[in-house]
Amino acid sequence: MGIQTMTFIVVGITFALYIGIALWARAGSTKEFYVAGGGVHPVANGMATAADWMSAASFISMAGLISFMGYDGAVYLLGWTGGYVLLALCLAPYLRKFGKFTVPDFIGDRYYSQTARTVAVICAIFISFTYVAGQMRGVGVVFSRFLEVDITMGVIIGMAIVFFYSVLGGMKGITYTQVAQYCVLIFAYLVPAVFISIIMTGHVFPQLGFGATLADGSGVSLLDKLDGLSTELGFNEYTSGTKGMFDVFCITAALMVGTAGLPHVIVRFFTVPKVRDARKSAGWALLFIAILYTTAPAIASFARVNMIETINGSEQTGTEYAQAPGWIKNWEKTGLIEWEDKNNDGKMFYSGDERNEMKVDRDIMVLANPEIADLPNWVIALVAAGGVAAALSTSAGLLLVISTSISHDLLKRNIMPNITDRQELFYARLAAATGIIIAGYLGINPPGFVAQVVAFAFGLAASSFFPAIILGIFHKRMSSKGAIAGMLAGIGFTAAYIVYFKFVNPAANVSENWLFGVSPEGIGTIGMAINFVVAYAVYKLNDEAPREIQDMVEDIRYPKGAGDAQAH
Amino acid sequence: MAFQSEQQKAAYWRSNISLMLKLLAVWFIVSFGFGILLVDVLNQIPLFGFKLGFWFAQQGAIYVFVLLIFVYVKKMNDIDKEFGVDEE
Repeated sequence: MGIQTMTFIVVGITFALYIGIALWARAGSTKEFYVAGGGVHPVANGMATAADWMSAASFISMAGLISFMGYDGAVYLLGWTGGYVLLALCLAPYLRKFGKFTVPDFIGDRYYSQTARTVAVICAIFISFTYVAGQMRGVGVVFSRFLEVDITMGVIIGMAIVFFYSVLGGMKGITYTQVAQYCVLIFAYLVPAVFISIIMTGHVFPQLGFGATLADGSGVSLLDKLDGLSTELGFNEYTSGTKGMFDVFCITAALMVGTAGLPHVIVRFFTVPKVRDARKSAGWALLFIAILYTTAPAIASFARVNMIETINGSEQTGTEYAQAPGWIKNWEKTGLIEWEDKNNDGKMFYSGDERNEMKVDRDIMVLANPEIADLPNWVIALVAAGGVAAALSTSAGLLLVISTSISHDLLKRNIMPNITDRQELFYARLAAATGIIIAGYLGINPPGFVAQVVAFAFGLAASSFFPAIILGIFHKRMSSKGAIAGMLAGIGFTAAYIVYFKFVNPAANVSENWLFGVSPEGIGTIGMAINFVVAYAVYKLNDEAPREIQDMVEDIRYPKGAGDAQAH
Repeated sequence: MAFQSEQQKAAYWRSNISLMLKLLAVWFIVSFGFGILLVDVLNQIPLFGFKLGFWFAQQGAIYVFVLLIFVYVKKMNDIDKEFGVDEE
């Protein structure tokens, strides 16, 4: 059976599964819509959180990035997992005890201020839209490559599916669909990795194969071979980096703190019944995420060796283009691989110096990996379904944040406090539907700066939400003036720095011009520090938080009687 | 209030904070410490075909992260019980 037919079948089966679950788990009340009725088992919640968090970027792009960055790729691995430790230890249990639906709810109540609530709502909506546009694009890419429909059609199909189960099922439908999506995506990620690990090193676990001796009888370990190849071809040694140490430090910290501050991740901890379940959920989520995140660097190094050997040949003299395997020609059609025969010898050659004749896009590494390793067609179809699952699950979670921010935080809590539960649910669905249409439009006509804006979203979350929530829990006297001043200073500084280097003066975006050698990707860390300092200074100069707020903070510190996530 | 006294309450919060800080110290050491700041030193040490610093940055720290959260869950539940504020 051909790849295309196979892909249609596999993707079709998974879609039918998601829709079936959505029908089974329809939401009847706002509470079911927003937080799944607060009754989800921690393991299921962990899986759903993992699927929610692992986006098309984690599934499709991350291993490719690491493959080209070597050691420096650790910023993503550490950043996107380490944030869960912060979340589990410093945020999740307390926010669960607080027991409202959203992050702006917490900020608004804790800092007794509509201004603070509104600032938080705007940040949440902005961060979520940025993300969701990227996801829709991911769906489009997978569809266009494997099903050969055009990107617009792919995005529309993706929109229709997400629309169906998120608008109908709300958090309840989304949670159970995400559990299924996690299973699909992790299986799709592991199968090719295990196959390739066995072929190359004889180890079943890619995590071990990654450091093992190659099975080709040379007695050389995979990473030594990769270091050797990299140096020979004029790249940097694979196991050491090119970025400055302080920059790596700051990027990692910004991604960690950004993760802990992302509204669609935090809201997950409102869906479990008790504080202890919120603690446990974060552990399960990270375990499920770690399965993919420890496999990714292994895939990265396998793929790099395979790719170099296919293009350059085992003797490193180049492979005749006429004999190039099918995947090179397939991906050439999409423009993601290019070959220019500079020395007119009819052979391809890939290197980091002037001998290079190839342009290989980083995003294809995971999708092309099974083809590079010559695995059967059903594995390739599975990878396509996995990529779609990753993109859909994340989009659904983000759309829910957008719709609750609008219907709950903005309408119910600000503009129209007298609407009934039914009306609020209607507005939530309307907002989700509008959100999908805007996101789909952005997916079809992506603004040229999607990738840059994602870095922006992390920086914003790191420099705004995170310090405000931490101070809100651990410093009970912190006042609204302090928190608002801190958030504005943190966001303002971070946004100005990123906008300057990414949009106003991109030519100046080199390490010599950076503040302390910190790139725009890592500047959220400095913004966060500024937020803490300004918040503390302004708090010291003004009154502390009123008595009843301090009592409320005292109360969220103790788990007993978490109660249901309350409606207002 | 489930606590016997204000002192009990303060003591509960202190044990909570001290556990959190200890675990965060480990979190910092394995990721920022071993994976980034000390990576060049640790890379001199081989571990089953990996350089140790590189292994911490791309594998080891993540395993420790998962462990940390489960240790936290276990210890927090014990503390909750000790102070009688556990849920059921």
